[in-house]
Amino acid sequence: MKLITAIIKPFKLDDVKDALEAYGIAGMTVSEANGYGRQRGHSEVYRGAEYDVDLVPKVRIEVVVDDMDARSVVDVMVKSAQTGRIGDGKVWTVPVEDVTRVRTGEHGASAL
Amino acid sequence: MRQIALVTADPPVLDTGTTAWMLISASLVLLMTPALALFYGGMNRSKSVLNMLMMSFVAVGVVGVVYVLWGYSMSFSDNDLGGFISNPFTNFGLKDLITDASGATVLMDTGIPAIVFVGFQLTFAILTVALISGSLSDRVRFGTWLVFSAIWVTLVYFPLAHMVWGGGLLSPDGWFGGGSGDDAYGPIDFAGGTVVHINAGMAALVLAVLAGRRVGFGKVPMRPHNVPLTMLGAGLLWFGWFGFNAGSALAADGTAGLVWVNTTAATCAALLGWLLVERIRDGRPTSIGAASGVVAGLVAITPACAALTPIGSLVLGGVAGVLSALAVGLKYRFGYDDSLDVVGVHLVAGLWGTIAIGLLGADTGLFYGHGLRQLGIQTAVAAIALAYTGVLTLAIGTALKATMGWRIDEDDEVAGIDQAQHAESAYEMSTFAGGRIPRRPIAGDRAVTRDDEEVSV
Repeated sequence: MKLITAIIKPFKLDDVKDALEAYGIAGMTVSEANGYGRQRGHSEVYRGAEYDVDLVPKVRIEVVVDDMDARSVVDVMVKSAQTGRIGDGKVWTVPVEDVTRVRTGEHGASAL
Repeated sequence: MRQIALVTADPPVLDTGTTAWMLISASLVLLMTPALALFYGGMNRSKSVLNMLMMSFVAVGVVGVVYVLWGYSMSFSDNDLGGFISNPFTNFGLKDLITDASGATVLMDTGIPAIVFVGFQLTFAILTVALISGSLSDRVRFGTWLVFSAIWVTLVYFPLAHMVWGGGLLSPDGWFGGGSGDDAYGPIDFAGGTVVHINAGMAALVLAVLAGRRVGFGKVPMRPHNVPLTMLGAGLLWFGWFGFNAGSALAADGTAGLVWVNTTAATCAALLGWLLVERIRDGRPTSIGAASGVVAGLVAITPACAALTPIGSLVLGGVAGVLSALAVGLKYRFGYDDSLDVVGVHLVAGLWGTIAIGLLGADTGLFYGHGLRQLGIQTAVAAIALAYTGVLTLAIGTALKATMGWRIDEDDEVAGIDQAQHAESAYEMSTFAGGRIPRRPIAGDRAVTRDDEEVSV
């Protein structure tokens, strides 16, 4: 199994969700995140005092999938989250040892 | 403010229309203090907004009590002591101001009950003290601020109110009054440019220097945490200011109407003036700038609102917006931490409004074909007020620094003054951060142990 984490632009969340649903992914965890990549953030001015706001609001999506789905799910995420402009985000994949469903105690792929 | 007198040749008759207007005005001015709290509070960081609001609210409490006891008496009672103050005991506790020996309501010569005038004036004293707190956000011991409020309003505000409005040295009956022929006029401070704004602005500057900078000033970002709150506060201040200025006519008449229009005209122009500076200097007009421009315009027109034409008010307001927008940067240049720009907004706009009467006054100003006399008088009164407030605030502030101390613990300041001084926090967005109720056994309550044995407590 693999954990796929995507950091994307907040307004792209619905697109990614719809695309994953269409692919057949049943669930996901979504959280608010802040960060920056190469472009950094922006500046704001209050009464003439300028502040550099380098942490930009993002959304983090986490999905655990079967090994054979991992590559496709990443593709689906990248395609649906893409705007082509700077700050579109990142997607990464890490191996997962085991998953347990809390309600039933099932392990492994059947718990997904 | 019109000269007041309790005794006239013809006994005054109760004017219910004016009395109604004055009661509304007093209520409007009282609203300005919580409005100021929102205006200031929004510009603070979220960890210290409650303390900011509390500094205004406690000013209402302290000054309201002091005003009833000796404040009115020191400012306006008939027992003048050398043109400097009135005797605090003449009307102590507002005695002799409600009904006379025959049981009739004590009236002023404008036909309003004296006690209504007391209420109106009480709200001015409260607001002036609350204004000062904007330079002290995030870092000042609440107790010290509370004691300062009571001492400062007694030694600085009441004497100045007496000198300017109560027939004292800086009033038309004092040093600068009189003249002859067309020059028979004196200082003008219609609704409080000197007494309220120069006074509060100067005190704020002195205290900002005395208390020292916030931890991380100039290094750590101290962005406003809630700009809509600031704009709401500015809007409510504008609304309340109609009581402040138009109420100072002490009548429901044409002067009050002119004042209302002049107040609005100057404020609109100041809003645009501030935004123009931002557009040129920073590239974009901002919401905080609009809210600040509104306040700068209101401050500047306050002393002048009955002395100008509406066109003159537009000029005065526009210049006030530009001047204040430029002045708020001074604290970074000179390194004092006037946290919320009381100096840039209130002192600078208050000085400009007071002095501009000598330029733009329709009946006496230089630009309307009159001489330099009014300009000289206004400048002198402003300078005296600056010196008086500066010296006395420095003395009171230094004494408090040596005894009670101004600053809270540095760790508490970094963690947020709300927690340290009030044991509260303003916002709780996270479900997890609500904490837990300390476990106190309730009769019949059952705790479950690890081995699932039920234990009665």
